[in-house]
Amino acid sequence: MTENSKDLAKIESTEEHEYASGLAVVSPDKIADPGIEPHRIRMTEKSVKHEKAAARQVSALFSLSILGSAFAVWAYFAFPFDGETAGSLRYNTIFLGLGITLGLFGIGIGAVHWAKTLMPDAEVSEERHLARGSEEVRAAAVEIIRLADQESGFSRRKLIRRTLYGALALFPIPAIVMFSDLGPDPKDSLNHTMWAKGGLRLARDPDGTAIKAADVQIGSVFHVIPEGLVDLEAPDLLNEKAKAAVLLVRVEPSVITEKQREWGYEGIVAYSKICTHVGCPVALYEQHTHHLLCPCHQSTFDLANDCAVIFGPASRALPQLKIEVDAEGYLVAPGDFAEPVGPGFWERKV
Amino acid sequence: MANKNKKFSRRSPFAAALVLIAGLVVSGGTYVAASAAVSNATPKTEVDQELIETGKKLFLANCASCHGKNAEGAQSGPSLIGVGSASVDFQVATGRMPGQASGPQMEVKPVQFKQEDIDALAAYVASLAPGPESPTDEYLAIKGDAAKGGELFRINCAMCHNAVGAGGALTEGKYAPPLKDTEARHVYQAMVTGPQNMPVFSNSNLSVEAKTDIITYLQYVQENPSVGGEELANLGPVAEGLVVWFGVLGLIVLITIWLGAKSN
Repeated sequence: MTENSKDLAKIESTEEHEYASGLAVVSPDKIADPGIEPHRIRMTEKSVKHEKAAARQVSALFSLSILGSAFAVWAYFAFPFDGETAGSLRYNTIFLGLGITLGLFGIGIGAVHWAKTLMPDAEVSEERHLARGSEEVRAAAVEIIRLADQESGFSRRKLIRRTLYGALALFPIPAIVMFSDLGPDPKDSLNHTMWAKGGLRLARDPDGTAIKAADVQIGSVFHVIPEGLVDLEAPDLLNEKAKAAVLLVRVEPSVITEKQREWGYEGIVAYSKICTHVGCPVALYEQHTHHLLCPCHQSTFDLANDCAVIFGPASRALPQLKIEVDAEGYLVAPGDFAEPVGPGFWERKV
Repeated sequence: MANKNKKFSRRSPFAAALVLIAGLVVSGGTYVAASAAVSNATPKTEVDQELIETGKKLFLANCASCHGKNAEGAQSGPSLIGVGSASVDFQVATGRMPGQASGPQMEVKPVQFKQEDIDALAAYVASLAPGPESPTDEYLAIKGDAAKGGELFRINCAMCHNAVGAGGALTEGKYAPPLKDTEARHVYQAMVTGPQNMPVFSNSNLSVEAKTDIITYLQYVQENPSVGGEELANLGPVAEGLVVWFGVLGLIVLITIWLGAKSN
């Protein structure tokens, strides 16, 4: 006898515990089972007046449903679309919805009220049967399995058994292969943006007109796309815009860092607009605090300090786009961002 | 021949007199013309000067304690040199200025001045250095393209002011105000001046036509309510979620209690 079974024997000898099937210890219930509470006779059963009133209430609720449905149909025709502004459908939507709600709700609460007030409400208790089958049933089940094994030769015919295991193991593979449709594999495309072409002018979003350095006043913000982006066809247009979108800001050169000044032009700095958290457009720029706020999860970047994260879930600073001024005074980007823009991804190297 | 010509030569005594008369006529005429032009211009300048003087007095009485006696700025208020008349009109005519208490940002309050006093203040500040000007009524009456304005608004404004101008939160207690009841004039002034923490959207960024389109879009949004019924202040999932949690879920709890309760 092991230590455990000795303990069990000790417990078994005491009278305070009893054992269910299995080894779980069931402590006797200290609170007595109150049983079913005494049946209470409802007012609708005591007086005919109340019974009739309840019947009227139920039919009133069903009638309300009828009215609601009719009202919904009426509202559909009473507030038609004026053919121009979507706003003209406002009352159509509201009253159609209210009518349908009444139609369904009336049926529901009418039925419940009917069951609660007029249908029999005597409480009954039904005992659960045991989960364990009787000995005979269990023996019969074991016999069926043994017989099936014997007749099919499952244990005897090794070749059949092993090929069946192989077939079952390979069966889900096609479903897993189909996951590749979640692609195509973006390959290298997440590592660079349209700016990689080099020498692209910075252009206004959405019309694509190029921006001169002289156009950008201190305290102003430009939403920038690369020149030539607007000529792309869908879906390239949105795919490229999603990576190449840039926010252009001009500040006093003295408030920013040496690196920012070098990569900018007289206080004009360009930053990726794609949040490094999950890729929302970071564009809430506060002119005096130089904070850049992402509207999705409140990541805050300090534009006066290399766009470092000062609050929120973003993990990296926003990448800066190096800009220059060409012979005609337009802002150009000599090349791509120094690192992949936007949120992290599996293959991200930097 | 030479003698005959000598009569009309430059050395003739009449010549000097002729030149003198011609000279007098030309210079005198120019003077008269010029002084006439000056006297035509004078009344306007005087009015302007008067307005500026009134503005200066109002400024000294109401603004100088924070912005300095010459609007040069002080610890409690920025310099107003070069902010332009548009900035003054925006700040004062929306009640933001004069400020009541320092806080994350200046709040909209009941307007403290009559419009002519605001104009005088604006004229005074504009006289200090050139700056953005307020739009004319003729300009504001122009109807732009609401669809184009909507696109520009979503790109340039919506991240702070919400896609339909319902406003939104910024950092550290600051917020972008709702634009529902903002006058077209003030929307324009805010774009050209960049009040408080709002960036500047000068005409070289958003053209004059683009600004008209944006104003038209905002007016369109105000005149065309939501198709879906109650907008819940257009604040999006936060307001809607709140109503669902406390309103709809509460209703469902009440119905569930009723379902489980026994009939009397």
